[in-house]
Amino acid sequence: MTRPGMWDALCGVVRRDLLLAMRRRSDAAMPVFFLVIVASLFPLGVGPEPAVLRTIGPGVLWVAALLACLLSLGRVFTADYLDGVLEQMVLIAQPLPVLVVGKVFAHWVIAGVPVVLLSPLLGMQFGLDGEAVAVLALSLLLGTPTLSMIGTIGAALVLGVRGSGLLVALLVLPLYVPVLIFGAGAVASSLAGVGAEANLSLLGACLVLSLFFAPWATAAALRIALE
Amino acid sequence: MGINWLKYSAPQAFYPLAGKLIPWFSIVAALAIAVGLYIGLLVAPTDFQQGESYRIIFVHVPAAWMSMFLYVVMALWAGFGMGLNARLSFMMAQAIAPTGAMFTFLALLTGAMWGKPTWGAWWVWDARLTSELILLFQYAGVMLLRTSIDDLRRADRASGVFALVGVVNVPIIYFSVKWWNTLHQGASVSMTGGSKMAATMLTAMLLMTFGFWMYSMAVILSRSRCVILEREQLLSWNKSASTPEPVEVR
Repeated sequence: MTRPGMWDALCGVVRRDLLLAMRRRSDAAMPVFFLVIVASLFPLGVGPEPAVLRTIGPGVLWVAALLACLLSLGRVFTADYLDGVLEQMVLIAQPLPVLVVGKVFAHWVIAGVPVVLLSPLLGMQFGLDGEAVAVLALSLLLGTPTLSMIGTIGAALVLGVRGSGLLVALLVLPLYVPVLIFGAGAVASSLAGVGAEANLSLLGACLVLSLFFAPWATAAALRIALE
Repeated sequence: MGINWLKYSAPQAFYPLAGKLIPWFSIVAALAIAVGLYIGLLVAPTDFQQGESYRIIFVHVPAAWMSMFLYVVMALWAGFGMGLNARLSFMMAQAIAPTGAMFTFLALLTGAMWGKPTWGAWWVWDARLTSELILLFQYAGVMLLRTSIDDLRRADRASGVFALVGVVNVPIIYFSVKWWNTLHQGASVSMTGGSKMAATMLTAMLLMTFGFWMYSMAVILSRSRCVILEREQLLSWNKSASTPEPVEVR
């Protein structure tokens, strides 16, 4: 019998987290409903003028996506922390950052992908045209994994701390600002006819950088939380 | 040289050393700031474009420099603490955070006071201002995370990781005026290209920076003494250090 490699460990973590999410579908669906409701509140609050909605649309949808991602961060590690699975993950022979990548990927599939898939519909609610809707979906596709990456650092830091829900928001939201600026900027520049390539490239750069650095930071934070 | 510097990495050796250094740093800070303010407010010529309102840069620029510098130093101490497992390093990181946050706030406040007469707005959402505001949030995050965790060892390390992650923002602040087309002007002083302003203005600015730096040293050292007393209050050396010397009654 061969020992399971890193790839098996990664897939195992992803499969387990997705399976657990599938067994509690309503938990996983909550951030998405939150996104839809928040996005629908703005036209009611600001007023339904199409020109106004088109201007604020990209920013509102990005902020809503960001908050939806934030809401689901608490679930990434808490259950595993409480029942001791996380401790086993730290102890096994596979490197912890690899397992963290698995956790992050599962979180993105649960919380990020539905947001990306729903965004065209919400974009149309805000009167965005075809190209802007496509850019919105693309920017979210590039940006939401970064949100999951950065967010899990915060989630690991506040593990088991009192008032952790609010604290993680205070820690993570400032770090989300660049992603928000580039993401909303991509849609806005596409609406302005300048082309979204520059902002999308910057989003891609954020993704690559966070993919490289965030798992190490999260692993360090988990070790601190568990020692 | 026969001085064993590592000796001062022990809080009980550092405590009296800090106590001896604080008056010196305070005096130098007071002198530098007094002379810097004198040159900046009275000697330096009036700017032909901005008039007298430009003089706030003698507080604004040094405060902004210190806000970034102190963040990096705080993150470095936290990194040392984690790498070398030295408890004094974490105490230094804890002592630096409030002073750094104060300078960040001061930079934002003086910037707003300068922006109103010059730009006609207290605040604009350009890259420099936004990233400096985020720096303030990061200082707040570091301090909040530390106070929210009861276990001291974990609090030190968790806030250290967060401080290290946030270092990404410092080069963004520094280069924001180059990378983006901002309303905030570009750098007038640089390490390589020299200065683009009158010599007296530069002298005043550098004196103020030096003064702020020395002020930070004095305040951080005295705060670190408080932190040491707080954390090590159950250790025996501390009892003799923190209780006042008995007054002789005649």
